[in-house]
Amino acid sequence: MAEQMSDDEGQQSPPSDLDFTSNKARTCIVTGSVSGHTEFQSPYPDQVLENVLENVLHFLTSRRDRNTASLVCKSWYRVEALTRSELFIGNCYAVSPARATARFTRVRALHLKGRPRFADFNLMPHGWGAHFNPWVLAFAKACPWLEKVYLKRMSVTDDDLATLAESFLGFKELVLFCCDGFGTSGLANFVSKCRQLKVLDLIESEVSDDETDWILCFPEGESHLESLIFDCVECPINFEALERLVARSPSLKKLRLNRYVSIGQLYRLMVQAPQLTHLGTGSFSPSEIAGQGDQEPDYVTSFAACKSLVCLSGFREIIPDYLPAIYPICANLTSLNFSYANITAEQLKPIISNCHKLQVFWVLDSICDEGLQAVAATCKELRELRVFPVDAREDSDGPVSEVGFQAISEGCRKLQSILYFCQRMTNAAVIAMSRNCPDLVVFRLCIMGRHRPDHVTGEPMDDGFGAIVMNCKKLTRLAVSGLLTDKAFDYIGRYGKLVRTLSVAFAGDSDMALKYVLEGCPQLQKLEIRDSPFGDAALCSGLHHYYNMRFLWMSSCRLTHQGCQQIAHAMPRLVVEVIRSADEEEMDVCDQTLYMYRSLEGPRNDAPKFVTIL
Amino acid sequence: MVTDKMVDYPQFLNLMNKEWLVNHKVSEDKKLELRLGPPGEALDYNRNTTHGTKRAFQHTAETRTGEKEWPVDTTKNQCQKISCIEKIGDKVNLPPTPWSSGSTIYSAFSKDTKEEPQHSKASFFQNLPVSKKLAGMAEDFKQPCSPRMAVGEVQFADGKACCSLATADPDASTNITSNKRIEYSPVVGWPPIRSFRKNIASNSLSKPASESSNDKDTGGKPENPKTQLFVKINMEGIPIGRKVNLSAYNSYEELSLAIDDLFSGLLAAQRDPSATQNESKAKESAKAEAGPLAGSGEYTLIYEDDEGDRILVGDVPWNMFVSTAKRLHVLKSSELSTLQICSNEKEKAPFDPAVHI
Repeated sequence: MAEQMSDDEGQQSPPSDLDFTSNKARTCIVTGSVSGHTEFQSPYPDQVLENVLENVLHFLTSRRDRNTASLVCKSWYRVEALTRSELFIGNCYAVSPARATARFTRVRALHLKGRPRFADFNLMPHGWGAHFNPWVLAFAKACPWLEKVYLKRMSVTDDDLATLAESFLGFKELVLFCCDGFGTSGLANFVSKCRQLKVLDLIESEVSDDETDWILCFPEGESHLESLIFDCVECPINFEALERLVARSPSLKKLRLNRYVSIGQLYRLMVQAPQLTHLGTGSFSPSEIAGQGDQEPDYVTSFAACKSLVCLSGFREIIPDYLPAIYPICANLTSLNFSYANITAEQLKPIISNCHKLQVFWVLDSICDEGLQAVAATCKELRELRVFPVDAREDSDGPVSEVGFQAISEGCRKLQSILYFCQRMTNAAVIAMSRNCPDLVVFRLCIMGRHRPDHVTGEPMDDGFGAIVMNCKKLTRLAVSGLLTDKAFDYIGRYGKLVRTLSVAFAGDSDMALKYVLEGCPQLQKLEIRDSPFGDAALCSGLHHYYNMRFLWMSSCRLTHQGCQQIAHAMPRLVVEVIRSADEEEMDVCDQTLYMYRSLEGPRNDAPKFVTIL
Repeated sequence: MVTDKMVDYPQFLNLMNKEWLVNHKVSEDKKLELRLGPPGEALDYNRNTTHGTKRAFQHTAETRTGEKEWPVDTTKNQCQKISCIEKIGDKVNLPPTPWSSGSTIYSAFSKDTKEEPQHSKASFFQNLPVSKKLAGMAEDFKQPCSPRMAVGEVQFADGKACCSLATADPDASTNITSNKRIEYSPVVGWPPIRSFRKNIASNSLSKPASESSNDKDTGGKPENPKTQLFVKINMEGIPIGRKVNLSAYNSYEELSLAIDDLFSGLLAAQRDPSATQNESKAKESAKAEAGPLAGSGEYTLIYEDDEGDRILVGDVPWNMFVSTAKRLHVLKSSELSTLQICSNEKEKAPFDPAVHI
């Protein structure tokens, strides 16, 4: 069984003869072109080649290119492993820390992903896994020159943060996206010890409030901070300490505040840091409850002074009266995130009509179709649009619909990525978008009511999604919704040749739908399905492909235990997990979740009780 | 009959979709079309939203960890393997039928003039055990809407109105299971929005929900502003008022719980003066009886702003509410018709004492 190299993971069974590389050869490679080594011996002819190769491969940055290069021959494999400085592991259970550190010894940056995405929506019980701990320990021993860690959906404890800070001198960047397991005391310890810290980004992570003043723990003296993002931290911070920190961080470019920072405090920070390029405005409302005793500062001036500001977010508790303060910078903005700002179309229009350069726009559907029309009229450079619902329930009123959707497609022809929550949609609008926006790479449409058809024709949404996969030739990520029959999946299988990520919920009629996709989409890497009528037969139709995928998630479908067992038997390098809801012992498999992924390591040893590995 | 009730609450007529009104009368005679109930089960139905979108529902089953907490005992009485797919057309509704407490209630549907392609889907869902759930709206408000008061139930989207119209029947709060109308049962993790993105409507930013029950630990209270804002609060029927410090709370939910606490003892004493011998027991029974007050639907919270107008609590962001509220009133929902109520602009912000997913 040939194990194909994945696009995303730099792993491969290391050849068993790796050790044959003599020490001499190693030494020569390590020293590279530095000559004058006292133990220099006449190099093997390969050595020269390897030295050259090493110098050349240093320039290769794309991990996919590197994966390919490492397959050429053993020598290339070795050299590539030595020169890889950024290690990306798309599923932390696909390869063990030991194996990773054994192969890649000089890694500077580690990028790890843990839980599957559906875990974000409460579909997976707490405590499933994805612990950073074994990784940090392994790297602390083997790669002490690690400088950057980027984690997505992993559990990080305060101890792990301590290990990071203590074991890696010169640690520079920590980005935690959708992580949990740590608190402000862990943060305090971390920042106090990382004297070289440049980047601390906490994004959409859960940070427990240990009532520790972590901002105060940043070391005194000039700080190297370039990016400080903590808008997800749901506890108050010491503002005076923050103000001092910003004042002594001349390199600070990105600052995203949490909602406990009032607009008055924001003003004071902006005055200290007019060089900011990315700003998260915090609450964007005043903290004083009684009317203003003091004069309101001139917010407009503070924004006007930030001439480099290109990315604006925050507005967590916005008082729309203050919105005009941002007028001065609208013309420069390339990214605007209003996804916490419950504003109307009227409030949006004066802002958006100046945002000619806008490329990324996140907003709430409170702006209605009318607001979207205003966006379409001005933002001709728009690449990414996300419209979130104010009222995320299935049958709330839908302020946005196919009208706004179509307007966007007509106005923003360069659109590459869209995430759109709505209550109703038509095939016609989706087809229009497929024609107007051929550059679409990411298409995620969420019609919030389950099984909703085209609300004008009453037909399933098959044709709309079909048009998307047919006309958008660059499409790699697709999320479907609404009433869908097997036909939609037939289209996806036939035309979605580049699709790598597919999200399916409450869709399809029969096993055929899943078969179409598994048989038709050669690039499929990540498949997440919930509440759709796909059974064991469909599952078996993908056996030829599962080793090429990062994972498959199926919850509340029609699988049986036997079906999952069959897969597990047929594919030894696949870890097949059946996840129960944490507090129920006896459940029909229908209600359980299948999560399976390829792995070099076999079943993991940290699985909790509610996970059964077949 | 329903029409009569609607007349009793004229102020809510404004909030209703006029079209609904018309259709309602028209469709009163239409037959209910029921789907897939096991024989002998009483099924109830629901009316639609104000937008005549067609949709189909699926009832799903188990309560998983992390799901919203229903103030109702959902495990008794049901576990019916019913699945109903409801499709609601442009026309709406049907007259309410009283529910028997033992019945399992599922959404039925109004006959739709257009075709219904979902029929074939029905079978898939049959296997899923279904437990009774409250309508999402009622759940948000923790206030049961008796089917007798279907009028109020109509404004699903206009939650406040709905809850205010909750039953005048004092027993309704205990009979919650059977009296709840079910429109659909919300599914875990759908729509796929991360928890910290929810609750934006009321701007009471609750902490990101963890799957465990530890959400009390995270994201605790923000530091409170220095000022203390004590406002008077009176409950209807209780001669002695209380005072509550608004700045001690950070969300409508906390406030309503606090108000619960404040009045539960007094309520118990009033209801059953003889029970006051054992004070703590009285308090407990009061709590048990009244539900959480916020959830019982019997009472509605109103405030007076700095212009002297009485406004339903929940429309505006918490901070704004605190800055403008001068007095609070807890009124019996049945008495609302006698008051002059001015509601704010048609905000979609629901009154939010409840737990959200």
